[in-house]
Amino acid sequence: MEVKQIGDGVYEITCGTTHYREVNAKVKELVNAGAQKVILKEVYGQRYIGTGIKGKVKIEVHGTAGNDLGIFLYGPEIEVFGNAQDGVGNTMREGKIVVRGHAGDVCGYGMRGGKVYIEGDVGYRVGIHMKGYKNLVPTFIVGGKAGNFFGEYMAGGVLILLGLNRKPGEDIVGDYCATGMHGGVIYVRGEVPKRYLGKEVKVFEPTLEDMKLLTEELKGFSEAFNIPVDEILSEPFTKIVPVSARPYGRMYAHRWGIAAGLIK
Amino acid sequence: MACGCYSEMAGCGLAGIVNRDGKKISGKFIYDSITAMKERGNGMGAGYAAYGIYPDMAEYYAFHVMLDDLDYESEVNAVLNRSFRIVKSEMIPTKSVPSLYKKTKPPYFYRYFVEPRDDARLPMESEEDLVVRVVMTINDRVKGAYVISSGKNMGAFKGVGHPDEIGDFFEIDSYEGYIWLAHTRFPTNTPGWWGGAHPFTLLDWAIVHNGEITSYGTNKRYVEMFGYRCTLLTDTEVAAYLFDLLFRKHRLPIRAVFMAMAAPFWKDIEHYKEVGLEKIYEMAKMIRTVYAPAMLNGPFAMLFAFKDGVIGFNDRIKLRPFVAAEKGDTVYMASEESAIRVICENPDRVWMPKAGEPVIALLNHCKEEDVCYPA
Repeated sequence: MEVKQIGDGVYEITCGTTHYREVNAKVKELVNAGAQKVILKEVYGQRYIGTGIKGKVKIEVHGTAGNDLGIFLYGPEIEVFGNAQDGVGNTMREGKIVVRGHAGDVCGYGMRGGKVYIEGDVGYRVGIHMKGYKNLVPTFIVGGKAGNFFGEYMAGGVLILLGLNRKPGEDIVGDYCATGMHGGVIYVRGEVPKRYLGKEVKVFEPTLEDMKLLTEELKGFSEAFNIPVDEILSEPFTKIVPVSARPYGRMYAHRWGIAAGLIK
Repeated sequence: MACGCYSEMAGCGLAGIVNRDGKKISGKFIYDSITAMKERGNGMGAGYAAYGIYPDMAEYYAFHVMLDDLDYESEVNAVLNRSFRIVKSEMIPTKSVPSLYKKTKPPYFYRYFVEPRDDARLPMESEEDLVVRVVMTINDRVKGAYVISSGKNMGAFKGVGHPDEIGDFFEIDSYEGYIWLAHTRFPTNTPGWWGGAHPFTLLDWAIVHNGEITSYGTNKRYVEMFGYRCTLLTDTEVAAYLFDLLFRKHRLPIRAVFMAMAAPFWKDIEHYKEVGLEKIYEMAKMIRTVYAPAMLNGPFAMLFAFKDGVIGFNDRIKLRPFVAAEKGDTVYMASEESAIRVICENPDRVWMPKAGEPVIALLNHCKEEDVCYPA
């Protein structure tokens, strides 16, 4: 690991195969000393980058970001020049993650705020258990395609799938999409085969209100990857929302409670 | 732990390299690749399998045998002698790695290059059957001796330690092979002992595995009906025997084997019919019916190597990570992309394979249909 200052408040760390604990400790130390921007070079799968830092710092990752990039993120802005692995934005609360490449499985798990923009494809179980509360609404946008279990058990937030790199005949999303979803909204650019959708959701055509929200949310993505919003919106979108806010409310409930009307 | 740090919960890690041209690659690369994922293991098991490492002895079966005590060598020798002519036997060279001894006392490793005796085969028994029978006999009957590999021109090296410790112990960087597999282990359900480290091999099949086989009981009873003995106290072993059964004994084509082991869901099989893939529908239905006890349930990613290539595959809902890449004639597979990038900075292609869809990387001289059975 090699650290050097390359500007006012700007530092560069050459990571190589240094253990993530050392790298992350160094980043934290620099930020505590007033660094505005930390550039991580030659990253080979270091985990948990950006975690445990509060505030508006910028972290650049050159190489392959390791698992749980930006887990519990609380403010920083992370930009990855390369691919990311599993668990991007896991339980993230505030800040922004931009990945100029693809990302792996379980990204955006339990995410509760902030923005994640992935340029390419994502793996399985992306956006599962996303949630939102009042003005804490997470947005996760995927430029490419997604695997199975996209938005499974989603409870809140906005999940957008664009499939911009989709070849003719290719599925934009995999099986079990939005299974058990009970909050939030998913927008998919194109159609989702009915057999892939969970029983707990319904598909709608986006309203004018939706298009306004989409346009607003896509601005950040459009700026990050330099793709005009109009071009993204040139194809029809599908809106997926849950039918019930508590699809499993009765599942483990006692039958007397149901009979007595205590559990609806 | 020895390094003064602690290990966090993780899964196992696996890595594989195959040069489709058959060009030899130094063990250094796989060592660096698997060591980059050290975090995925906890130092309780690591191992390597290499193909093409004994070119001068390529026509003989190479038995790598692990011995709890050197005294057991004579018994192994006697069992082998009954069925084989031992062309050469020697201790596998190892280096002192002090940190290994803090965990366990390493056993002794012997290798034998053997040739079947003409009169050793039982009626109806093929040469490979004979090898399998002898492996099962040693594992099951000879106290403190375990055959860790038994293929031609290949070998397994494994034990209790981190991948760098085990790699140093066996001096992995001094071997050159055209196929390499490696594993770092985080044992959860079964003991971390030298025989329980991956890879698991039989004849020239080798397997490394991340995950758990929850159908182990069913699979074990199934392979036992065909004479295999599960003696290594862990689930992965059974997958190696299943491959031997389906591939070598039953001669199923590659895709059929994987359709049996990571079988599609019934609803997806029905879908084949709905979209007019009648033949695949019939095949899938038959395979699921006939080979139901060969289906592996539970979360896993697995790399499976044999003399003609490497095949990587996932459980059918992808509960373990698996990434593949290629650069020219070399195909890489690993649990994490960084483990590939560390030895191949700019691959031509990197992709995340879909669940249940095997990544088949065969040598250039093989055609998928007429592959290329072992030995």
